[in-house]
Amino acid sequence: MSYLKSGRPPRAAGLGSRQDLLFSWLALPAAAILALLLGALLILAFGASPITGYHALITGAFSGTYALTSTAVKAVPLLLVGLGICIAFRANMLNIGGEGQIAMGGLAGTATALAVPGLPAVILVPLVLLAGAVGGGIWGAIPGAFKAYFNVNEILSTIMLNLVAVQFMNYLLSGPLVAHSGYAVGGLIPQTRLLSPNSWLPTLIAGTQLHLGVLIAVLLAVAVYVLLWRTSLGFRIRAVGLSREASRYAGMSVRPTMTLAMTLAGALSGVAGAMLVTGSISHRMVTDGTLTGFTGNAGFNGIVVALFAGLQPLWTIVTAFLFAGLLVGGTSMQVVTGVPADLVTAINGIIVVLVVSVEYLRRRARARARAAAAAGPGARDAPASGQADATGIAEKEVPA
Amino acid sequence: MSQFFTTAVLVATVAAGVQLATPFLLAALGETMGQRSGVVNLGVDGIMLLGAFGAYYVAAKTGNLVLAAATGLGIGVVMGLLTAFVSVTLKAEQGISGIGVFLFGLGLTNVLLLRVFPSPVTIAALPAVPIPLLHRIPYIGPMFFTQNWLVYLAFLLVPVLTFVLNRTTYGMKIRAVGENPAAADTVGVSVARIRYSTVIIGCALAGLAGATLLLQIGIFQEDITNSEGFIAVALVYFGAWRPLGVMGGSLLYGMVGAVVVTWKTLGIIPTSESDIAAMAPAVLTVVALLSVARRYRQPAALGKPYERGA
Repeated sequence: MSYLKSGRPPRAAGLGSRQDLLFSWLALPAAAILALLLGALLILAFGASPITGYHALITGAFSGTYALTSTAVKAVPLLLVGLGICIAFRANMLNIGGEGQIAMGGLAGTATALAVPGLPAVILVPLVLLAGAVGGGIWGAIPGAFKAYFNVNEILSTIMLNLVAVQFMNYLLSGPLVAHSGYAVGGLIPQTRLLSPNSWLPTLIAGTQLHLGVLIAVLLAVAVYVLLWRTSLGFRIRAVGLSREASRYAGMSVRPTMTLAMTLAGALSGVAGAMLVTGSISHRMVTDGTLTGFTGNAGFNGIVVALFAGLQPLWTIVTAFLFAGLLVGGTSMQVVTGVPADLVTAINGIIVVLVVSVEYLRRRARARARAAAAAGPGARDAPASGQADATGIAEKEVPA
Repeated sequence: MSQFFTTAVLVATVAAGVQLATPFLLAALGETMGQRSGVVNLGVDGIMLLGAFGAYYVAAKTGNLVLAAATGLGIGVVMGLLTAFVSVTLKAEQGISGIGVFLFGLGLTNVLLLRVFPSPVTIAALPAVPIPLLHRIPYIGPMFFTQNWLVYLAFLLVPVLTFVLNRTTYGMKIRAVGENPAAADTVGVSVARIRYSTVIIGCALAGLAGATLLLQIGIFQEDITNSEGFIAVALVYFGAWRPLGVMGGSLLYGMVGAVVVTWKTLGIIPTSESDIAAMAPAVLTVVALLSVARRYRQPAALGKPYERGA
């Protein structure tokens, strides 16, 4: 894949020592394996066999058409949120608002499908997805603009907007959008009317859940790759992420670029929200009053997926599929061993912590390799190269 | 509306608001300590969840509520060691590692809840401890001085931490490390040691906040914190890194929460509208973040791992 050609993270570009490359290739799988081993300990603690558990997990996720298609469908929101993270993070912004953006996209898509149910499918399906993008995009634009123009910490504003979104969702689904015909599950869970079949995402393989959304998400991944590395906007986004001051000095419009990066991130999450409704089995929006109930935690897991892909859009396709496998397989594991599927969430958490922890060791290995290289011609250069590397590290830090 | 303005209802609402504010306050005060020394801990919510579950387990098995609260605190200390190791020693990206801790806490407590308590039990309520004399003051007494001991502890921490941060050598070192770690290092202050201490204090208070939340609710539910830990982090910014400001923000959240519950119970507003009302604190916080970002400066080294010679 393109990872080697041009896909290396820009911060590491130009440093390419072989040792560093090897380490960065080994570090992430090592982190995943370590996390799975810790998960195995937890399974053992519950008196089940980790081998049986993980076997059930892998079979449930990847064995057979049904499992594979379920995993692919589950991967869609993870991939879309992850793509948004790739964009926003490269502009040096951490978007933790995926959950809220998914919900707002879902609401906007649902409202559109309910408002104009009569439109033919060729128009309504894209329209609903577009509405989702707009809903999520607005929810990303707000923290983006606040960060760009008023220097408001985007981590906090996105968290707050998640809280606003969940209340807004509950308001709409217990009032304006609720189906008066009844509630799901014995009148406890509010839901909308059944959406017009013209808004449903068409199924790609009969008898499975595999819908058009999977294809769209993969195409969007390619589009994000092209955007980031083949367009001037992508260049601006990456430049702003590396140094706002330098970009401003170079005459780039820093603030609009930052706002746009977050808007795009929100829009991608919003599309995921719309797909969660029109690609679902029930074809309506259902809420249990929590964001997770609708998003399945995709807003957070998408961060894991993007991070694990090294913020590479094309690699995000792979990691989204793998992590979706964990989620789908976790349910099978629960059935076989009785260990609750939420174990997968805990393992995801461990993976995140490990990935960011090895990042420092990777940087240090890189610095050492460069110091050694510089020490060759003249030992006096070594501290100087250390200095240069230190600036590289300082530049890497995201102001929280 | 008129029912709401009877004194009995108002007093009860304020008292409930103070109680609801307590977990926010404990967690946010802890986070303040860490942030003043330059460390952002976004894992507060996960640590609160773990603390709450630990407290639930101990309370359900022993019935000893003090031991339950201490368990929450202890779990916080352990998580604090881990967080400090990742953030300070391994110099990890703090925003992201915190998300990892959150996911870990969320997943693990759900797993444990389903396995250890297939049918959850309710634990004994925290008894109110009226403060002698003060609780007799009309209105004020029932509002503020007839609370449980964790409430008193949390609010007592406000002046204590203000004093520690502004008037002690330790506090000065914390601020120095948060503003200019290189300078602090030069004069012999161990940046790592100070940051370890503040992160552990912060996480211990987060664990205690989770325990407090649990003991006040009386039963553990999936995702019991409902993002309270994340809100607590925002409240630190809201309060401009000062314990008193943090207290103001916590009380705002507590009061709005109490008012919305009272309104719902009294049927003043229908459920759907109460969802809109419940947005108020989050919207207010975003607005407050706007003005704080303009008026106050965050600790200069916030979120930046320190590397000697860098």
